[in-house]
Amino acid sequence: MVLTPFNLMLMMIGIVLGVIIGVLPGLGGANGVAILLPLTFTMPPTSAIIVLAYIDWGALFGGAITSILFNIPGEPWSVATTFDGYPMAQQGRAGEALTASFTSSFVGALVAVVMITFLAPLVAKFALEFGPPEFFSVYLLTFCSFIGMGKGSPFKTLAAMMLGFALAAVGMDTVTGQLRLIFGFTDLMRGFDFLIAVIGLFGIGEILLTMEEGLSFTGKTATINPKVVLETWKKLPQYWLTSLRSCLIGCWMGITPGGATPASFMSYGIAKRMSRNGDKFGTGQLEGVVAPETAAHAAGTSALLPMLALGIPGSPTAAVLLGGLLIWGLQPGPLLFVEQKDFVWGLIASMYLGNIAGLLVVLTCVPLFAAILRVPFSIIAPIIIVICAIGAYTVHNAMLDIWYMLMFGVIGYVFKKLDYPLAPLVLALVLGDRAEDSFRQAMLIAQGDMRVFFSNGLVGGITTLALLLLFWPLIARLRGAHRADAA
Amino acid sequence: MDENQKAGRGDRAGISMRAAEIIVALLVFALGAIVVFDSYRLGSKWGSDGPQSGYFPFYVGLLICISSLVTFVQALLTKSGHGELFVTWGPLKLVLTVLIPAAVYVIGVQYVGLYVASTIYIAVFMVWLGKYSWFKSVAVGLSVNVSLFLMFEVWFKVPLFKGSLEPLRFLGY
Repeated sequence: MVLTPFNLMLMMIGIVLGVIIGVLPGLGGANGVAILLPLTFTMPPTSAIIVLAYIDWGALFGGAITSILFNIPGEPWSVATTFDGYPMAQQGRAGEALTASFTSSFVGALVAVVMITFLAPLVAKFALEFGPPEFFSVYLLTFCSFIGMGKGSPFKTLAAMMLGFALAAVGMDTVTGQLRLIFGFTDLMRGFDFLIAVIGLFGIGEILLTMEEGLSFTGKTATINPKVVLETWKKLPQYWLTSLRSCLIGCWMGITPGGATPASFMSYGIAKRMSRNGDKFGTGQLEGVVAPETAAHAAGTSALLPMLALGIPGSPTAAVLLGGLLIWGLQPGPLLFVEQKDFVWGLIASMYLGNIAGLLVVLTCVPLFAAILRVPFSIIAPIIIVICAIGAYTVHNAMLDIWYMLMFGVIGYVFKKLDYPLAPLVLALVLGDRAEDSFRQAMLIAQGDMRVFFSNGLVGGITTLALLLLFWPLIARLRGAHRADAA
Repeated sequence: MDENQKAGRGDRAGISMRAAEIIVALLVFALGAIVVFDSYRLGSKWGSDGPQSGYFPFYVGLLICISSLVTFVQALLTKSGHGELFVTWGPLKLVLTVLIPAAVYVIGVQYVGLYVASTIYIAVFMVWLGKYSWFKSVAVGLSVNVSLFLMFEVWFKVPLFKGSLEPLRFLGY
């Protein structure tokens, strides 16, 4: 059913569009998908999610191209790829670096898809037993892991996340029907749509940042010919341990919503520590490209598992896809596996195919995509702003949303510069209403007794894990202090 | 691109990181306070039939206030002599040269609609910041918007905003 010519064509379009989006500054996986979401409303849901999932994948590939050839990470998760990828390009080994990066992405994504195939139905079956307290504890785990796993200040993560929850609360209260936080402005009644926030925060914010940094396009050229590809493929098997480790890190970080960015950094860091050539990392080691790319793709793909099985997205892009599911009338969560079997398995099957198709497309079209980056910024920038504005407008056909988009753009610019993380803000905005509902239902069942979150082994275990993650920065610091005392 | 080189030579003066941290923390705190205030007004306690509307947002607002206060204090305690800058005036000017026209563009959309405003915006941006000739700029603006028009209105049948003046009414869409 997936293999209809229409769907195959959509896959190709999705991959190519995705790479273009990933290569352009200001457009990335999450907001690229958000902008194109309205165009898929008329398609059948399976086809629609295929296009969107493929765009996201293409964007992951596209990020690697800019990192290696231009030392410009198109996406946050490809920052770690620049460490060794760009030095390789400078030494004239761009083709090798690109082949390694694409192949590693392929391996990472493939492992994640296999994992989804076997694990998702189990998780969904398990989750069918979930009640409101269990669901809230999973939400809690999601958000606590952001605080525990984040690189920056935990208080900034908390502030950004809670701002997301507050924005989600604006408008009609879904339980009592009361209007909240609108202060008499009827325009606020609709609330803030997270798609607008994604387009503004990631799109406009990124353009403003790029403008400030003053992009100079001094890229390396790359040609990939079959000889380079084959030679690189011969070298890659010796890094199997790095690949395996990176896959595991990526899958873990994708399921618990750490996301692709921390996964790539963590994987690079660990590879550097464990490798025999660790001290040479940063000078153009193939292994330094393999590690972050494998982890980023494994994480990006496995973020779909909690989205499908629990209705809890592991990354901003998965959140946008989740928004799409709701619009197409599909209720994400454990029941999806029972009621919409065709859809779920169609999506999973298409992920196997897309992985192969994606590898072929990027290996053959690199020079073409690199040429896009040579288009001057003063042409690209206004076009991207126009595309963002159109994307923001089409979500609700509301003029006001374009203003919101601009506002979120400024917030995104300031927050990025001050190291406030944007992903928790977006996820809180998406999940805010549902997290609140499950919390209130749990409280209703328990008559306001917080002990409901420890009432059985399952919910208690998840809650404990969540609290452990929440206080992880504190625990790590205490342990560090302890060690310093001992020394 | 020469405007970028200018930015590179730009002066070392600008808004300090510390000042920016403090201002943002205060703004976030104010937002948190608004949330707390409105949630309290709606009822943040336990009603006769369960938690009231403000129950959940009340604590959300409280957490915003607490976390921004910590960030505020942390920023105050860092030494001002650190010299780290949030943004220097040169790049800030560049950011504003994108942001202000973008705002003007959105106002334009309101009156003449997305297609017409976008064409003008792309062309003016290219002439002003990219120093391209008028002919080239208008050509790029027009071709981008004609393709957008075909894609949205004709192929996908998604109508975009035509503006209150509807300058494109003669096309029949």
